[in-house]
Amino acid sequence: MTESFEPKITAFVCNWCTYAGADLTGTSRINYQSNVRVLRVPCTGRIDFMLLMKAFQKGSDGVIVSGCHPNDCHYTSGNYHARRRWMVYKDLMDFMGVDTNRVTFSWVSAAEGARWAQLVNEVTDNIRNLGPYAEYKALAVAGIE
Amino acid sequence: MEALKQKAKELLQKGDVKAVLGYAVGTGNVRRPHFARTPEQVDRLVLDEKCTQNLATYLTKHEVKHLGKVAVVALPATQRALLQLVAERQLRDDAICLLAMDGTEVKVLPSGAAVEQHLALKTDAMPTADKAMIEKLMAMTREQRWAYWQQELSRCVKCYACRNSCPMCYCEHCTMDCNRPQWVPVASHALGNLEYHMVRAMHLAGRCVECGECGRACPVGIPVHLLTFFAEESTAKQFGQRAGHSTKLDYALSTFKPDDKETFIR
Repeated sequence: MTESFEPKITAFVCNWCTYAGADLTGTSRINYQSNVRVLRVPCTGRIDFMLLMKAFQKGSDGVIVSGCHPNDCHYTSGNYHARRRWMVYKDLMDFMGVDTNRVTFSWVSAAEGARWAQLVNEVTDNIRNLGPYAEYKALAVAGIE
Repeated sequence: MEALKQKAKELLQKGDVKAVLGYAVGTGNVRRPHFARTPEQVDRLVLDEKCTQNLATYLTKHEVKHLGKVAVVALPATQRALLQLVAERQLRDDAICLLAMDGTEVKVLPSGAAVEQHLALKTDAMPTADKAMIEKLMAMTREQRWAYWQQELSRCVKCYACRNSCPMCYCEHCTMDCNRPQWVPVASHALGNLEYHMVRAMHLAGRCVECGECGRACPVGIPVHLLTFFAEESTAKQFGQRAGHSTKLDYALSTFKPDDKETFIR
């Protein structure tokens, strides 16, 4: 791995908890690594598995998916639905040989600014160790002359 | 066989059904679907071990729905597919009339409840060879599985036969045909192939009745049915409900329990 590798990480976060939590990280002046690109969606229930797929398709090395803790969903049940979907999708990714170490699912509430910083740092370090997701990136050019 | 034809003719003559859907001999001695709309056409029906296709696929098509009530010669997989289609409100419960073989006897199953009762006597779906293959794949390392699927999927030409043969793939506007946004690359190269099959399996998780029609339909012999079987098994194991066992079940991924147990969310 070249030393200059900086992972690209896409984070899908819900508007009501994790996005507000990440906002709190900023207003609390907590420093954390800048490898993550945050995409805000209304609710974790909106995070279709195809969004995760698209992130890898477009060259992410890792993905974070985060929302409200169970029982705290702004729309009562979006995160419960999302949780079921991830349970199956994670299994399926593993079955097809996609590296599930590159996808991190997490609950971060609006009050957990420090936790968000810690999560991003951990994930970034982890992905930095794993290196670029060369396997997936090679797909885009495989078989095209 | 004679009993089946007898029953089919009876239903047509009494006007209970407008057509009987079963199998007939096609070119090259293969078995193909056959709609018998008159008692004379019933004579072409056959039923033997070569008849494997899941006929439920046809019942959601407009031209078949316009025929009126149809009786279907139903293998266990077809019966499960019909239950699932009723559960997903694609067919009305009273639109069902199945002709199921029970030994040499023909049973007419006129409703979802009757099908459920009949199916309860049967053992479960997945063939042992497929089960063994899934176990073999899960025993491999992740890199080996990746290599396996890359190799298999490299033959895929994206003909969508797996989608079109599936009784549960009835959406009029499939994500695969949608190009705004273009979720999955259309070309049949490595990326598009992997993602197409991932999307197909995920959209069938909790809905697959494990008939294996997609795998049989594949012209290049990719075991695509293993993907949907696996997704279905994963749902069944984690949420304790199986597709195609009742007309009353909710889709596993559109409902939830507050105490669903997972191990990976931090």
